[in-house]
Amino acid sequence: MDPIIRIEHLDKEFRLKDMNVQALHDVNLDINKGDIYGIIGMSGAGKSTLVRCLNFLERPSGGRVVVDGKDLKALSEKELRETRKDIGMIFQHFNLLMQRNVIDNVCFPMEIAGIRKNEARKKAMEYLEIVGLKEKAKAYPAQLSGGQKQRVAIARVLASDPKILLCDEATSALDPQTTKSILQLLKEINRKYGITIVIITHEMAVVQEICTHVAIIDKGKLAEHGTVEEIFQSPKSKEAKKLIYQGMERIAEMKGKRCVRIVFTENSSFEPVIGNMVLACKTPVNILYANTRDLDGVAQGEMVLQLPEDTEIADKMIAYLKGARLSVEELEDYVG
Amino acid sequence: MWDNEVIMMIVRGIGETLYMTLVSSFLGYVLGLPMGIILTVTDKDGIRPNASVYKIFDAVSNVFRSIPFLILLILIQPLTRVIVGKTYGSTAMIVPLTIAAAPYIARMVESSLKEVDHGVIEAAQSMGASTWTIVYKVLLTEARTSLVVNATIATGTILGYSAMAGTVGAGGLGDIAIRYGYYRYQADIMIVTVIILVLLVQIMQGIGMYISRKIDRRRTR
Repeated sequence: MDPIIRIEHLDKEFRLKDMNVQALHDVNLDINKGDIYGIIGMSGAGKSTLVRCLNFLERPSGGRVVVDGKDLKALSEKELRETRKDIGMIFQHFNLLMQRNVIDNVCFPMEIAGIRKNEARKKAMEYLEIVGLKEKAKAYPAQLSGGQKQRVAIARVLASDPKILLCDEATSALDPQTTKSILQLLKEINRKYGITIVIITHEMAVVQEICTHVAIIDKGKLAEHGTVEEIFQSPKSKEAKKLIYQGMERIAEMKGKRCVRIVFTENSSFEPVIGNMVLACKTPVNILYANTRDLDGVAQGEMVLQLPEDTEIADKMIAYLKGARLSVEELEDYVG
Repeated sequence: MWDNEVIMMIVRGIGETLYMTLVSSFLGYVLGLPMGIILTVTDKDGIRPNASVYKIFDAVSNVFRSIPFLILLILIQPLTRVIVGKTYGSTAMIVPLTIAAAPYIARMVESSLKEVDHGVIEAAQSMGASTWTIVYKVLLTEARTSLVVNATIATGTILGYSAMAGTVGAGGLGDIAIRYGYYRYQADIMIVTVIILVLLVQIMQGIGMYISRKIDRRRTR
């Protein structure tokens, strides 16, 4: 099966006064239909430019972007506009029309597509129901909370019946609770309508929460890409490690002692793995860092343990953790 | 001295002033609104950048705004004669007033449209909206409060110009103020006409502000 988005040798250069800035350099990536693809990087890494190249809001300086079999570069202005209707986009600051009420915002893409007003309004109500904002149809964006505005933006995107949804830092302006509910909604949309989703973010937590695949971008280059499990369990590139070990800088103080990083992916949340290990080995361990949560009854996340000095017991512990189907990685002189 | 004749003259003056101001403002917008849109759209960070078109309209707007109104009025008298058939009276004055107002209005429109959040324009582009759709449904609609405020200011300025045009026989309140107050030393008539001019500006300002508040949906209530 051909990927729904194929990025080949993508370059983007910005010309400022007398300086050229290379925002993207030789980016190659395939995104398959139905994927939820996370593109993660620090601010200024080029991820927003990359996502804007996917619908040609930014024209690449070199390379190709093929969306659903169409090479965007080869399209006329009019064909490009038609193709954009298949590629929805939501934004960090929602970008709703402030002078239109909620339902008219949702109708906007249907107006562009030339759908009759009665039919558009009927459909708009259905989309508002999907995002849970039917009773706010007559409200104006200024009267809504951030999360509600993003829901309107999602309903608006659904109204153009897209095959692909691009999310540019769509949850970065929202609090953690709201972020979670928006991500759940995106997941539902992906499952229900088979819409391929590309998520630009700087937060690993977002990727962990809903993405199937992830690409790490650093200084305009693609550092690493693969399934979230692969990258999360054994990041290879320096950039990936840096992102995944976010917030684990304190480990630097433990330099020289034996530490392991363990990743939970399939263990039951009800099974006290670490507790059992301590009981089995009759020696305590020091938890240096932990970021775990319960996801539909499965423990998800990671932990950094400092093992006892005794090599024999330490080895026994590693064996125990591996036996418990956890991915275990020794951190040698790790500096965050 | 405050006989019927004088009162009738002042009433006619009010009518002439309003006629010149409103018709010139309307025609000024007929020319200035498209000009302002073109300036916004073709600017280098506009939705359809075009340096040469921008430069032409930019230059035209700047040149006409720098010519003092009274000079412009005299300069274009041949044109006025061609269009209206004479160079004095309220109707003739509409030509220079419109030409003076249009570039000024264009700049005001440009500044209103540039206030529209770039993100919203980007969102419309991502939906496949054409340039015209973005102008009509995003720029003009989202900027409508600011457009109305600026239209109010523009109309007030044009009213001021129309009074100035009174010195060269334009009719209207300005004409009366100059003829009676200045040339015939009848200060009371001058003061009355000036007060009426001030009231007219106040009323127009009030109406403009009311409309702009009424159509603004960005408030939280």
